[in-house]
Amino acid sequence: MEAPAHAPGARVEFRGVGVRYGDAAAPAVSNVDLTVAAGTFAVLLGPSGCGKSTLLRTINRLVEPTSGTVLIDGVDVRDREPTQLRRGIGYAIQAVGLFPHYTVARNIAVVPALLGWERARIETRVDELLSLMKLEPSRYRDRLPRQLSGGEAQRVGVARALAAEPRVLLMDEPFAAVDAIVRASLQDQIARVHRELRTTIVFVTHDVDEALRLADRVVVMNAGRVVQEAPPADLLTAPADDFVRSLVGVDAETRQLALERPLIER
Amino acid sequence: MSYLVAHSGRVAALLGQHVVLVAVSLAIALAIALPLGIAAARQPRAGAVILGIAGTLYTIPSLALLALLVTLLGLGPVTAVVALVVYAQMVLIRGVVAGLRSVDPALIDAARGLGLTARQALLRVELPAALPVVLGGVRVAAVTLVALATVAAWINAGGLGVLLFEGILTQNDDKIVAGSLAAAALAIVADLVLRAGERAVRR
Repeated sequence: MEAPAHAPGARVEFRGVGVRYGDAAAPAVSNVDLTVAAGTFAVLLGPSGCGKSTLLRTINRLVEPTSGTVLIDGVDVRDREPTQLRRGIGYAIQAVGLFPHYTVARNIAVVPALLGWERARIETRVDELLSLMKLEPSRYRDRLPRQLSGGEAQRVGVARALAAEPRVLLMDEPFAAVDAIVRASLQDQIARVHRELRTTIVFVTHDVDEALRLADRVVVMNAGRVVQEAPPADLLTAPADDFVRSLVGVDAETRQLALERPLIER
Repeated sequence: MSYLVAHSGRVAALLGQHVVLVAVSLAIALAIALPLGIAAARQPRAGAVILGIAGTLYTIPSLALLALLVTLLGLGPVTAVVALVVYAQMVLIRGVVAGLRSVDPALIDAARGLGLTARQALLRVELPAALPVVLGGVRVAAVTLVALATVAAWINAGGLGVLLFEGILTQNDDKIVAGSLAAAALAIVADLVLRAGERAVRR
């Protein structure tokens, strides 16, 4: 299948980004300096509460940093009106959040419709995305979310996130709620989609294997800080500290072997 | 039963008045309760105040409230509608608040994350998702109002209560039975219709 038309990925930069929620004793994110190069598949990896989701959500201003700056292609996200900014950034989450009273097609069309695309263009785009996610358009277009399996719903969620050809795609533990077999298949698909579209992806997970499998760059976080930012192989061979070593764990050697085996379809 | 059969035309006319009384009151009540419920769900502090006031009004005995309103507004259906609107607030506002609170937070997160404005998220996602619970409140309010509206006859607002009050005054049990049966039937029908509505939107 032809890859759908798309804009190449954008560069995402964090400069001294900190987030402190209300009167919390410790900041959720402190002083993060990080650059995600255009077209990179970056995975934020860490235990729950390490600040990875919070950091992700500063990119589309669902969370406003209390210090520092987030830039997309050099432009401060605060210079953009939040809803306008978000319409240009894909967003997929663990709970999917498909609108239950909308059909699959209408769910996918949410952002293009907000952007005022013409009807014919939206319909073409919806079919294109369903095909991209390996969902037969004629079978799935008119279904309601409750008629989908967990894996199908998540694929529609990803299609919805990609609908308006975003240059950055944010994914917050998107595959954590599905079983291992479905998860592996979804991982293959997002890897393939990334290869075809070269959209910049920022992907949050606490699953080490998922991070190693998908990432160009893994960003390991702990207690609100970035402790290591490296390609998957380096994480295994040269962990920055004891935290990273214990995170990738005793299975490091096995994992390295797994890395050397290509992903299905990769 | 003989009154119901012999004077079916009159019973039907009073039933019609009753339906109009309830329907108009419910529509106005909903127009007030919807924004108040949305505000209450958004702002917990304002919500406590709003629900407190609505709850207090709800505890006023219906005859006392009607008597009070008559001194302000005089006799007639308008006064009855005002009373019914006041009574419906508590149930309706609670329904709207419970409905909005029942919406999966992930749905709202997705809506905001995709770039819907707060207003678009409310109208396109939150309210439709809250609808079954909101309609549950409307159903309870409707049934309550059917019962309460019988008292409205006491202030010349018409409706099936006319039969009840006439029956009491003239010691005509048949009239009382006719009025009661018609009111009960109306409440049951309203309940069934709105239940069907709930099922339809839940689907």
